Amino acid sequence: MSGISRRRFLAASVAGCAATTLAGPKKALAAGSFTGYSDSMGVLVDLTRCIGCRSCEAACNKEQNLPAPDRPFDDKSVFDETFHGGKQKRRPDENAYTVVNRYNPEGSDHPLYRKVQCNHCNEPACLSSCFVNAYTKTKEGAVVYNSKVCVGCRNCMIACPFNIPGYSYSSAFDPVVKKCIFCHETRLKNGLPPACVDICPQEALTFGKRRELLKIGNQRIQTHPGRYVDHIYGEKELGGTSWMYLSSVPFEEVGFDPNPGNEPIINNVKDFLGTVPMVLAIWPAMFTGFHLLAKKREGHDDHDQDADQHHGEEGGEQ
Amino acid sequence: MSAKQILATLMMALALVATGSLAQAADMPENVSLDTLGKLFDGVEFDHAMHTDLGEDCSACHHHTTGTGTTDERCVSCHADSNEVASVGCGSCHVADPFSADQINRKALNLYQYHVDMPGLKAAYHWNCVSCHEAMGGPTGCQDCHTRTSEGDTFYRADASDTSTSGKSNH
Repeated sequence: MSGISRRRFLAASVAGCAATTLAGPKKALAAGSFTGYSDSMGVLVDLTRCIGCRSCEAACNKEQNLPAPDRPFDDKSVFDETFHGGKQKRRPDENAYTVVNRYNPEGSDHPLYRKVQCNHCNEPACLSSCFVNAYTKTKEGAVVYNSKVCVGCRNCMIACPFNIPGYSYSSAFDPVVKKCIFCHETRLKNGLPPACVDICPQEALTFGKRRELLKIGNQRIQTHPGRYVDHIYGEKELGGTSWMYLSSVPFEEVGFDPNPGNEPIINNVKDFLGTVPMVLAIWPAMFTGFHLLAKKREGHDDHDQDADQHHGEEGGEQ
Repeated sequence: MSAKQILATLMMALALVATGSLAQAADMPENVSLDTLGKLFDGVEFDHAMHTDLGEDCSACHHHTTGTGTTDERCVSCHADSNEVASVGCGSCHVADPFSADQINRKALNLYQYHVDMPGLKAAYHWNCVSCHEAMGGPTGCQDCHTRTSEGDTFYRADASDTSTSGKSNH
């Protein structure tokens, strides 16, 4: 009886190990190797072209039916707004899915403006962190979310490496996360550029297939020596993003995290999550084994007490 | 060849050059209405004659299409001696819908090796005008060139005031 149990325990352990070693690495390879849908769209933001007119903010407000702003969209005084003791410039929130900020890099004789919105990661951290699966990366490249299933946990706000998702704090009964959706519903899925791209008078925003935008970005860097830093921010950062940036000054001088790494956020937890199936498969078998072994010992203890009576039967097992 | 003949030849050459430039000048419009794009702003009545009087080479705005050559080092290798083209208006090359599906698919075909990144009409206007105005001290404000329409006022929320508190968090 106990011999069979031990055999079962060993067999189950081996099977569990085999299952996890076979299934585990396959999943691990799949996660983190997704570099975007081949025909997905993107936007290349060229900071050297932006004049800070804020028309993109106005276009976004109209397209997404957002509430009226505190100040008109041609009011440049918003560039002086700072938060958290002057450390942070404006960021998107429930009332504005995109904002433009002004920077005065050292050594530059004119200010630079940077439009901030969701960068629509190839492997979005918000999507990975959402336990109700509200987020979707569409084949067009947009990271959209289903506010009907959003429970307002705000995990995505913590997960996002760009501080993008906003939260409808003003809604007392149904607060949900709010962010740029690349105008997916009204424009992108119909083959149209997002509203901000459409309105930009300077073509600071170039809309196109992501792979074409990479070529265009590299061509701009090549044909205008000295105008750009030799880097397209978002080409590789955090696994690649659909929205990418060109700049004339180092990216940290215009508010970017200069080195977020090229690994998607999910890779930070992938190894840990990879052990979950192993735990699920092995632990029940292992602890059942321990339990049975312990039981067996308990049995022996019982038998030891009655050793005189059953000595002949149990002798071989001792 | 006698001195007379040389003189005659020179005169003829001069006359040809003169008629050539006269013909070109006759082609040139006094004013150009740049009004095909705007809804939020009125069109611009561009004083072409005034701008040509500033003495800049045609290629400063028209690149290589007016037959006057170009000095842009990125263009000369192909367009140093390009002929005048039939239509030199900005909209002949710079399309009004640079990001339509049609245009994006054309780009993907790689038809234009060097012109794949050509700006659309709106950007072509603004780049040409604003960059020169900055350099020459011309006006650069939006409404210095085109007045905003009432639709534009609504779009930019001209009526919004600081007194409204719409629960802005922005932190």
